[in-house]
Amino acid sequence: MKDNKNHKIIELEHVVVKLAGDSGDGMQLSGSQFSDTTAIEGHDLATFPDYPSEIRAPQGTVAGVSGFQLHFGHINVETPGDLADVLIALNPAALKVNLKWVKPGAIIIIDVDSFEQKDFLKAGFDANPLEDGTLDGHKVIKAPITSLSMTTCLELGLDPKSSERTKNQFALGMLYYMFNKDIDTGANFLEEKFAKKPIVAEANKAVLHAGYHFAETLEEFDITYRIKPHPEMKGRYRNITGNTAAAWGLMAAAEKAGLELFLGSYPITPATEILQELSHRKHLGVKTLQAEDEIAGINSAIGAAFAGKLAATSTSGPGLALKSEAIGLAVITELPLVIIDVQRGGPSTGLPTKPEQGDLMQAIFGRNGESPVVVMAASTPANCFDYAFMAAKIAVEHMVPVILLTDGYLANGSELWKVPKMADLPVITPRLVKDNDQNYKPYLRDPETLARTWAVPGQEGLRHRIGGLEKEDIIGTVSHDPLNHQKMVELRQEKVYKVANSIPELELFGEPAGDLLVVGWGGTYGHLVSAVKDLQTEGHSISLAHFNYIYPFPRNTEEILKRFNKIVVCELNNGQFIYWLRAQFPQYKYLTYHKIQGLPFLINELKEKFTEILKEH
Amino acid sequence: MTTEESNQVYPLTKEDFKSPGPVKWCAGCGDYAILASVQSVLVELGGRKEDVVFVSGIGCSSRFPYYINTYGFHGLHGRGAAIATGIKIANPKLQVWHITGDGDSMAIGGNHFIHTIRRNIDLNIIIFNNRIYGLTKGQYSPTSPRGQVTKTSPEGVIENPFTPGELVMGSQGTFFARAVDTDPKMMKEVLKAAALHKGTSVVEILQNCVIFNNQIHAAITNKETKDDHQIYLEADKPMIFGKNRDKGLMYKNNKLRVVTIGQEGITEDDLLVHDPVNPDNMIQYSLVRMGLPEFPMAMGVIRSCDCNDPYDVLLERQMEEAKRTSKIRNMDDLMNSGNVLDL
Repeated sequence: MKDNKNHKIIELEHVVVKLAGDSGDGMQLSGSQFSDTTAIEGHDLATFPDYPSEIRAPQGTVAGVSGFQLHFGHINVETPGDLADVLIALNPAALKVNLKWVKPGAIIIIDVDSFEQKDFLKAGFDANPLEDGTLDGHKVIKAPITSLSMTTCLELGLDPKSSERTKNQFALGMLYYMFNKDIDTGANFLEEKFAKKPIVAEANKAVLHAGYHFAETLEEFDITYRIKPHPEMKGRYRNITGNTAAAWGLMAAAEKAGLELFLGSYPITPATEILQELSHRKHLGVKTLQAEDEIAGINSAIGAAFAGKLAATSTSGPGLALKSEAIGLAVITELPLVIIDVQRGGPSTGLPTKPEQGDLMQAIFGRNGESPVVVMAASTPANCFDYAFMAAKIAVEHMVPVILLTDGYLANGSELWKVPKMADLPVITPRLVKDNDQNYKPYLRDPETLARTWAVPGQEGLRHRIGGLEKEDIIGTVSHDPLNHQKMVELRQEKVYKVANSIPELELFGEPAGDLLVVGWGGTYGHLVSAVKDLQTEGHSISLAHFNYIYPFPRNTEEILKRFNKIVVCELNNGQFIYWLRAQFPQYKYLTYHKIQGLPFLINELKEKFTEILKEH
Repeated sequence: MTTEESNQVYPLTKEDFKSPGPVKWCAGCGDYAILASVQSVLVELGGRKEDVVFVSGIGCSSRFPYYINTYGFHGLHGRGAAIATGIKIANPKLQVWHITGDGDSMAIGGNHFIHTIRRNIDLNIIIFNNRIYGLTKGQYSPTSPRGQVTKTSPEGVIENPFTPGELVMGSQGTFFARAVDTDPKMMKEVLKAAALHKGTSVVEILQNCVIFNNQIHAAITNKETKDDHQIYLEADKPMIFGKNRDKGLMYKNNKLRVVTIGQEGITEDDLLVHDPVNPDNMIQYSLVRMGLPEFPMAMGVIRSCDCNDPYDVLLERQMEEAKRTSKIRNMDDLMNSGNVLDL
């Protein structure tokens, strides 16, 4: 690796790296590039991009800082990590924003070319943070990143503007050196990424190498680091984001069910990638409609469901609000429909790029009339695949709309995912009817699940009409009969409760009884399980019950709740799941730990809270 | 027509589309005549009756799907166009009709209306325009004329009304026709033309609400005045109207004019000849805008242009091309493609 007698390589278990710069500096690209490399070398990993909602906020300001955090290791990695071991700050604003998110003694790589007085003043520093002791206690590596990148590119004849945009690769080259990573893997990524712009690919590759060789010359890098591959990871893996996983889960369900997939959707942060991914999958029979608004998105999906497709719509909180009326239509027409809500900070436009779990009540209750739907939540980026698959399976087998909650943290975060085989996935049996079935009635139900059957336009001998008006039980004609209405409301409710018979029981992480039960749901799993695991290792009596199925609850929920002395409900909102638990199981006392800052939990803050609760009598 | 099972050819009759239950519009409502015309047209069009779907929004007219024996979907207020779009994309073989009213399509569903037309998906949209909200019992609608006194405009409407055809033209619509509910022959002609057009077809039917807006179209539809107040446009024919067939339309100084044949030396040869297929909709747009008292109302197929392939055809073409060229044939292929890591 290096002809330096002083060179020493230190083995690490796991490392958290944060790349930060201006939102136009390519931090997301270089972050994905480095993640791919660590994945290919067999590390477990989790990533979290952190970017502003403005596409290019004013350059050099804290509002415009874009970041990408990567946690990779030889051990199991459950979260992107609380604090970074290594920070790359391409400008003072990136340093300003991220300084509070690095560990004491962290390595901070600085682009000195961007630390002129006007730059650090713009970022809100009163004095040059490189000189006034701000960075004391950290290992600071100052590199002329912009100028060396420019020099490298200009030699290749690239224009100055494009040249400057390669500086993320210089910083990345230094990282490849620092962690003894194969730089060819990084170069291959660039070749694929810029396949249509060979000059840009060449320049970026040259700068990546320049950064690598620059690091080689630095005394500070006499010590470099190595992380061994994860020992238990066997088989085929890929790095996947929650949004891609959700899109693929729907596609896998369609294939398994023998149906074509239709997505009617409208672009909205942070859900847009689901629509984007599926619009590229025409070759697998996927049809997408980029509708004129959220309302048309879901209504077109309802039309497609009526016509026999596996129909879905994807959105975020504000879009879910607009879709409320149509979800009610899917409830009363009892059509299968998957609604994916990638939650973000609210209310209203709120914090579009930040994660929050504020839509739970909206998902459970947010419609007119008695309008129950199945509500479930994914809990890691990769299991967005499994829960999108299950949402579709439940929808077509129970003839019911299903809301799947994910969030911006899962959607944009990524982790390694063991690639499943289609043959190993559960069977999906849509409730389709044969042509000319003499017994067909639109609202005739399966006695076990109460699901009606699914006859679709074009089928012979099954012409029927459905819609938003209340229907007569079994025969499905319009009915305003009072007793029939009550019966239909109860049937639709009971049908949702009966889904509990088709979902797995709640699994506990830890002992089945004890002092403290930590309860969570959705995207907080990684942080909760990490905190609980640490405290278990320290000898505490603490277990985690993490919910993926929320409405209805798993059958054994009460069995689990009753075996603990204390229960603490943790969520990224003002206390919504706790409200739902109290309504369903009022006999227990629930403590709460919630946070509503547009940020994930920190493992350390959770541990502190749990320790405090365990100490109290 | 053939059935999948027997492959026997059998003709459709009106009986095939007869209402499956009681029809509950008010006695004397214009909707009855429209329903009868649609049923006749479906018989004439032939095809499998199972391939016909009626979709609607909310309003009196939107009860239509319950009154015709086809697959039917009674949707949400204003959203019928979006539901119909999903059905047509899901299965392009279906013949999809969307029934709507002036409130449903021009107010709450205005956005879906214009975007459906812009997208040019192969739907047949019928707007029952009675210029009033009927189901909520008599409030003004987006097509109510200025000055009209209704339950929500006690001193008269102070808004400008929409002309549905103008929205169609402004949305780059490829088909627009107009008819009156008192003329079954005219309705059948335009409805059939709408069904045969590939792309979004919009048919506006001037429909009488006998309860809340009775006689709103009387000046256009009355026996005594209709010949002078309507002009029935037919492709490639000069634009002549009037009880005595002596009036016509000319296009002069960039505007339409009503002229009398035989006066000022005007002959039939000087009149505009109707050109509904012309991609340039300038004249068609002027025809749509005509109204009493200066002009007769234009009836018939005003625009029918095959200027571009409908959305559903283009989408199917993209789907086929993608399937033909991709090596990834199923989910196993996809999940094992690209950046995978074998440990």
